[in-house]
Amino acid sequence: MKHTPFHDIHVQLGAKMVEFAGFDMPIQYQGIIAEHKRVRETVGVFDVTHMGEFEVRGADAFAFVQRMTTNDVTKLTEGGVQYSTMCYDNGCVVDDLLVYHCGDYIQLVVNASNLEKDFNWLRDHLEGDVQLIDKSDETALLAVQGPKSLETMRKLTDVALEDMKYYSFRRGTVAGIDCLISRTGYTGELGFEIYFASDKALGEKMWNAIFDAGKEFDIEPIGLGARDTLRLEVGFCLYGNEIDNTTMPLEAKLGWITKLQKGDFIGRDAMLKAKEAGLKRTLVGLTLEGRSLPRHGYEIAVNGTVCGHVTSGTMSPLLEKGIAMGYVPVEHGTEGSTVDIMIRNKPVPATVVKVPFVNKQ
Amino acid sequence: MNFPEDLKYTDTHEWVKVDGDVVTIGITEFAAGELGDVVFVDIPEVRTLASGESFGSIEAVKTVSDLIAPLAGTMTEINPELEGSPELVNADPYGKGWMVKMTFDSADELNGLMDAEKYKALIGK
Repeated sequence: MKHTPFHDIHVQLGAKMVEFAGFDMPIQYQGIIAEHKRVRETVGVFDVTHMGEFEVRGADAFAFVQRMTTNDVTKLTEGGVQYSTMCYDNGCVVDDLLVYHCGDYIQLVVNASNLEKDFNWLRDHLEGDVQLIDKSDETALLAVQGPKSLETMRKLTDVALEDMKYYSFRRGTVAGIDCLISRTGYTGELGFEIYFASDKALGEKMWNAIFDAGKEFDIEPIGLGARDTLRLEVGFCLYGNEIDNTTMPLEAKLGWITKLQKGDFIGRDAMLKAKEAGLKRTLVGLTLEGRSLPRHGYEIAVNGTVCGHVTSGTMSPLLEKGIAMGYVPVEHGTEGSTVDIMIRNKPVPATVVKVPFVNKQ
Repeated sequence: MNFPEDLKYTDTHEWVKVDGDVVTIGITEFAAGELGDVVFVDIPEVRTLASGESFGSIEAVKTVSDLIAPLAGTMTEINPELEGSPELVNADPYGKGWMVKMTFDSADELNGLMDAEKYKALIGK
């Protein structure tokens, strides 16, 4: 199993470690609820080094990424970041990813669990003067997230973090270490993602500097467990749950990153056809009555007939009730509709609500 | 991690405390730790149970797990405090976090349960 530069720190902190995408990763330290609230209230730090980073270089790099992804790369300027998806010819999702405009090249950030699949998919479609380079093993990534993340990080850098817009990045040093500082995250909070060279000594220096800077805000390490509840509370999609190779971005309410008018891209024809025929199902947010919790894979029924399924579910630590995302037929997908989630063979009423479940950003 | 010597254990991570002809049942510290933050203990009703039958479920933030009857018998009581304070399962798994009390049909079944040493070996502690 692979180790990140922070592995020894996680173990020393007593984290519960699990295998994830080939890495030995911390799923929780103190407990998911406490960690979740720490990020919502002040600031927390996530080791997300397992994420994949690719560089796309060459004269045709931008045209290549424009053809491989659903969002419009021509709208990006240097220092900009874009959320996007890559799709198959049938319009279903290969992966969701971040696209960084780095001036003369592009950085793609992909899900750890899809890294190899994504790399092969991109490599198999290379055309013209394009070089695809996997930088994942050389890149460490920490996410510093929460309302006090800015006050924490500004102590460690000369970069004017307060001027950075959501979904932009700058280069600079943090704690004296060369970094790409990205105003992004997976929590819905104010936050930064810090990319730097994957090295144990550098990593520990960075980790300790961030924790010293955040001490006055009771900064804490946050595991993958709370990362999942935080993203679900703000309605962010997770590959393997809301989106996968059987779902189209349009069904997952990702129309805002699916630019059908931008010109040709892989999956566009299938999407146009599906749109013309009318989408059958839609991803919705659901809140539950009662205390039973919805889980990935549970059936959704209307009048006793199964018509959909839960893609993610948990207890919202902020709302203190069950929340879920799931697919339902379009006619049951309007706000205020009621459906049943089948929990241990019993129908539990759920209401279709707007996401995010909690208002952030 | 603590596994009291005076308790019996199952391979589904329940503990059993024998007190005359009544047993108290809960889940082990190991199980509570694996589940993480417990947010709801769902034991619908007091009833008769077969050995190995599910009598409820335990909801943690990340996952849900069945509660399995270690013995055949009849439930007599469900811990009323868990309704309002499910976190007791994590905080005090062998004390205030107990789940149910029940009478048992056959004392022989108790011999099929593990002692603390065997249970520790099972979970590799």
